[in-house]
Order: sequence, then structure tokens, then C-alpha cells
Amino acid sequence: MIAAYLVLVIPLAGMAILGLLADSRRAGRINVHCNAWALAASIWLAIDVLVHGPRLSSGQLLYIDSFNVYLIVLTAFVGLTTSIFSGPYMAHELETGRVNVKRLRLYYAMYQGFMLAMYLVLTTNNMGVLWVAMEGATLATVLLVSLYRTPESVEAAWKYFILCGVGIALALFGTVLLYFAAEQKLGIGGNALLWTVLHVNAGALEPNIMRLAFVFLLVGYGTKIGLVPLHNWLPDAHSEGPTPMSAILSGLLLNDALYAVVRCKMLVDGSLGTQVAGYLMMGFGLLSFLVAALFLHRQTDIKRLFSYSSIEHMGLMTFAFGIGSPWATFAALFHMTTHSLTKSAIFVTVGHAAQLAGTQRMDRIRGLILTQPAIGWGLLIGTVAIAGFPPFGVFASEFLVLIATMRDYPWLTPLLLIGIGVAFAGLFRHLQLMVYGDVPEGQKPIPANLLPVMIHLALVLWLGLSIPGFLGDWFSQATQLISGASPL
Amino acid sequence: MDFAELSLYSQAVLLLAGLIALTSFLMLGQSRLVRLVLVFAIQGILLAATTAMVAGVLDFPHLYISAGLSFLLKGILIPVMLHRMIYRLGLHRELDTIEHPARVMMGGAFLVVFSYYVSLPVVAHSPLVTLNAIAVSLAVVLLGMLLMITRRQAVAHVVGFMSIENGLFFAAVVSTYGMPMVVELGVAADVLVAAVVFGVFFFQIRESIDSLDVDRLSKLTEVDKP
Repeated sequence: MIAAYLVLVIPLAGMAILGLLADSRRAGRINVHCNAWALAASIWLAIDVLVHGPRLSSGQLLYIDSFNVYLIVLTAFVGLTTSIFSGPYMAHELETGRVNVKRLRLYYAMYQGFMLAMYLVLTTNNMGVLWVAMEGATLATVLLVSLYRTPESVEAAWKYFILCGVGIALALFGTVLLYFAAEQKLGIGGNALLWTVLHVNAGALEPNIMRLAFVFLLVGYGTKIGLVPLHNWLPDAHSEGPTPMSAILSGLLLNDALYAVVRCKMLVDGSLGTQVAGYLMMGFGLLSFLVAALFLHRQTDIKRLFSYSSIEHMGLMTFAFGIGSPWATFAALFHMTTHSLTKSAIFVTVGHAAQLAGTQRMDRIRGLILTQPAIGWGLLIGTVAIAGFPPFGVFASEFLVLIATMRDYPWLTPLLLIGIGVAFAGLFRHLQLMVYGDVPEGQKPIPANLLPVMIHLALVLWLGLSIPGFLGDWFSQATQLISGASPL
Repeated sequence: MDFAELSLYSQAVLLLAGLIALTSFLMLGQSRLVRLVLVFAIQGILLAATTAMVAGVLDFPHLYISAGLSFLLKGILIPVMLHRMIYRLGLHRELDTIEHPARVMMGGAFLVVFSYYVSLPVVAHSPLVTLNAIAVSLAVVLLGMLLMITRRQAVAHVVGFMSIENGLFFAAVVSTYGMPMVVELGVAADVLVAAVVFGVFFFQIRESIDSLDVDRLSKLTEVDKP
């Protein structure tokens, strides 16, 4: 269990150091180091769990099982690669005068603060602490969205703060109801909010209260997942903040919010014994998926485009978790991984593309492949991957979702297929010109580090060709936990 | 139901629940920011009083800490911060226009009825006091949202936001005798940080649009800009 504490202590220390450090050049490197150490600790933790099974810390504050441990490793990994990208990127922003040294310090400190909140969301065993950490993640990122202090970014940050703040307040109400239901059976005391305790006693909890609680929890955490119609903050916050922020918001925050919903669903399913929670998630998920796919066509800003694509994919995952069969759950877990890796790679590339063209407007980004082939190809391959083309991992996971839907709700498959088709068209109508088009005058290559992108895309390719054995076992263990049966 | 038959404690909880709902309505109709913050402070103090009473009557000593936190944060610190902010930004003379005040009040009344309706499943399993507590706290949450929808001043939005938190705390205190201490402290810390961040935002917003009228924050839309 030492590893679990290390995962939390490292970003905490990182936040303190980076908050006090005045030297912005070294801050970038220290940020990378913190994330690398956190990744090492998370891998240690993963091996520990793989060997010894689910672990509960003394005092029952932290609980690690196969469901959250793989998300912890994924979080640490994306956090590390994004921080590698963020160093030179933020240095470039400093040179062009979009940020000053003071704001850069805030940026680095809050980067680690955000990572801390994410690890806490994933490791905690207490549903209340889960809420606190989720709100903490909003607080850590909200000032980063307005880092550039343009009127647009301030507006985006305000919207993000208010919408997510109110949304997540509903989740707290749900948590209070959960505690209320648990307390009637388990008595007054600190244990009634512990997930492990709740899960064991789920069958005894009062179904009516649990159903009400789940509605609030889903709407609350759903705001953070970006489910339609609560998604308004997401494209704004993603497009106006610094790009590394968009990458970790899209790759990590959305996943972890979905993780919270699934944890709640496991409790509610145990109590109700019906599919109500699943139906709610399927409805919200499908709506988000379809609406976001349509909105892809209307975008003019490149980061907004890909944030709508995130909503679309989160909708698909929510839908798959909602179906709840072992196949669908497996597919959703797999899709969480592939989407997270691909999307953060895309945002990194997009950040470079926007710096290269000096704008985020898609009608002014032209001829990337001629000016700087690495960026052009990165964007092209990333988009091909996210649109769900074989042989990339997203294809495999989307295909699994389709199969799972076909088995349980065959009449919904046409909707999914249409959504995928519409989304594909929405992405490619913009991409073509940006990658190939004529090069505008005076466009020059910029220093770019595309190593993170290549690693991510290579991993996604690997996952598409074959899921490595240990990862497959891991997914099926987690599936077993969530849906009660193994798909393999 | 006969209120006189209830224990004194239950009667007191009901009275406080009613008063807290009343403060929510007062906020809804209050167009002067300074007074809005004052009413908000009163709501915070009522919340702290409820918590202290539950702690004393039902003998939950850990709730005294929670009561103290509520009193300090919601009753004093945040209102004082907002008050100073209003004066520093020169908003103390400004009137926030409320469009259709009568409709807003009717909407508020409807929300209270709705909250009671939603809380009905809970009633079968708990005493009357709990039903009222959960319904009233849900109503306070929804009224806070209504406040945010109907106002244009950023300060009023923050008051609405914080009053939502008040509603949640009230639910936690009366129906479950407070959350576990870790959670309680965590939430208090979040609220405090949120208040500070809001303060930072007031200045950022004013710098960017030269006022705190959030209706003018409308640059980001899906419609193509001319």
C-alpha cells in the first residue's frame, strides 16, 4: 500500500515545490520528473494489485482494485507525456508574451494540483472524499482556463466554474442521500460512506432512496463527463485554455468523472436489482453521442472541434457502461483507454499546429504537411485513429461496443452506426484542407517535440492489432467486478 | 399532522427549516447586492444554529466543529469578503434589475412544491422531520439555481452558488447528522478555495468586459461570428 500513498504524496510535493519555485525553465523539468515518479509509483501499485488482489489501506481510506488501478496507470502515463510536451510549449507561450512568469508558476503548480485531485478521485474509498476531490479538480483547472486573460478565456472559465460547480453540487446532494440510505442500515458512524462497505451491503439499502440518489449523482458527475445537455462548458474550457490543459482535461478528467458514475452505478444496481440506472446512462450517453456528432460539422475552431469529439466518445462509453453486459463493459473500459491515449495525442498535435499557424481558426490553418510534415502527419493519423479506422485501437473498441449493442439492443445499432458515420464526416471535412491545402506565406516550422504523440499513437496501434495478455486479463477482471461476469 | 404533538426538538428543526427557506425567498426578491449578501449571512448563521442545536440535543459532539465551520465560513468570512468586494468594485449603489419579479416568486413557490414531491419516496422510511428537512434543502438548492438564472450580476451568482451549498449542508445535518469528519472538512476547504477563486474572477471579468454583468459574457457561441 505504500505505493498508493506515494501516488498521492508525489503530486502534493510537486505542487508545493512548483508553487514556490521562481525559475520557470526548471519548473518544466521538475513537472516532468514529478509525473515520471508518479508513473513509477503507479506501476508499482499496479504490480502489487496484480499479485495480491484488491488492496484496502489501513483506516479504509484508500481502496485499489483492478478497475481503478488501470485508470491510475493511464492517468499517470498521460500526465507524464503531456508534461513532456507542456515544457517547450509553455516556454514558447512565454516568449510570445501570452503568459508571464507569475502565471506560468500558477500553471505548473496547478498542473500538479490537478494530478493530485485525479489520483485522489481514483484511489479513495470514501464517496464523500471522491466528491471533494472532483470539486478540487475543478478548482485546480478553472484558473488555468483563464490563463491567457483574453475576454473569451475569462468567459470560458466563468462558465466552466459556474456550470461544473452547480452540477457537482447536485452530486453532493446525491452523496448525502446515499449516506442517508446507508445510515439507516449501517448505523451512524464514519463507515457508511465507504464504497467497500456500501458495496457489500448494497442489497439492504432502500431502493427508493438509492434511485433518487443516483439521478442526482448521474446529473452531477455527468456535468463533468460533458453529457448533453450539460456539456456547454466543455468546448469553451477546452478551446480557451492552454493546450496541455485541454489534453489532460479530455484525456483524464472526463474518464475519472465517468469512473465516479460507474462506481455509483455498481452500488445502485446492487440495491435496485433492476436496470434503471443503466437505462438512464444509455439515454444520456446516446443523446450525447448523436448531438456531439452533429455539432462537429458546425465548428470553426480546431480545439472546439476535438472537444466535441470528446463529448461524442464519452457519450459512447456512458452508453456502453449503461448496457452493463460483460461485453459492453469490457468494450467501455477498452474505449476509455484508447480514447484517452488518442485524444491527448491529438490535442498535443493541435497545440503545435495552432502555434505554427498562429491561430486556432480552422479556415486559416493550411498546408501543415508541407510546412512541417511531423505535425501534419501527426494530426492526420491521430484523426484517422479517433474517427475509428482500423487498424487503430479505437476501431477495435468501437467495434466491440457495436457487437455488445447488437446482442442486447439490436434496434439501437443503426443509430450508433449513423452517429459514427456523421462524426467521421464532421472530422474529415475540416481535416483535409488543414493538412494538405496551400501553405500561407511566411509560415515557418516551429520547434516541436512530437515524441509523446508518436508513443501514444504507437500504443493505440498496438492495442488495435492485439491487446497484450496482461491488459486483457486486467480488463476482464475489472469487467467481472463491474458487471458480475467475465466476457472471456 | 399536529405540530404540537412533536417533540420540541422536531418543532425547532421545522422552524429553522422554514426560516432557511424564507431567507432563500428573500434573496430571490432582493435587488440590492449589499442586502443580498446580508440575507445570505443570516442564512449561514441559521444553518450554523441548526447544526449546533442538533449537536447539543442529540449529543453529537463532532457536529460542534461543523457548526463552528459553518458559522465562520458562511456566516462571517464569505459575506465579509463579498461585502468588501462589492465596495471595492463600486457596486454598492447599483440595483440589479430583476425581470418579472412576480413570475420569479411563483417559480420559486413551484420549486418548493416540486421538492416535496421529489422527496416523497423518502417519507415512507423516516420520520416527518426528515421529509421536511430533505424537501426544504432540495428547495434551497433549486432556489439558489433560480437566483443564478434570474440575475445578471456575477456577485449575485456567487451568492446563489454559496446558498446551494447551504442547502446541501442543511440536508446533511438534519437527515444524517452530518457527514463524516473527513468529508466535512474537505467540503469546507473546497468552499473556501471556491470563494477565493470567485474573488479573483470578479477582477478578471471586470478587466475584460468593464463590468460584472455576466450577460455580456457572450462571445463564445456555436453560431458563426460575423
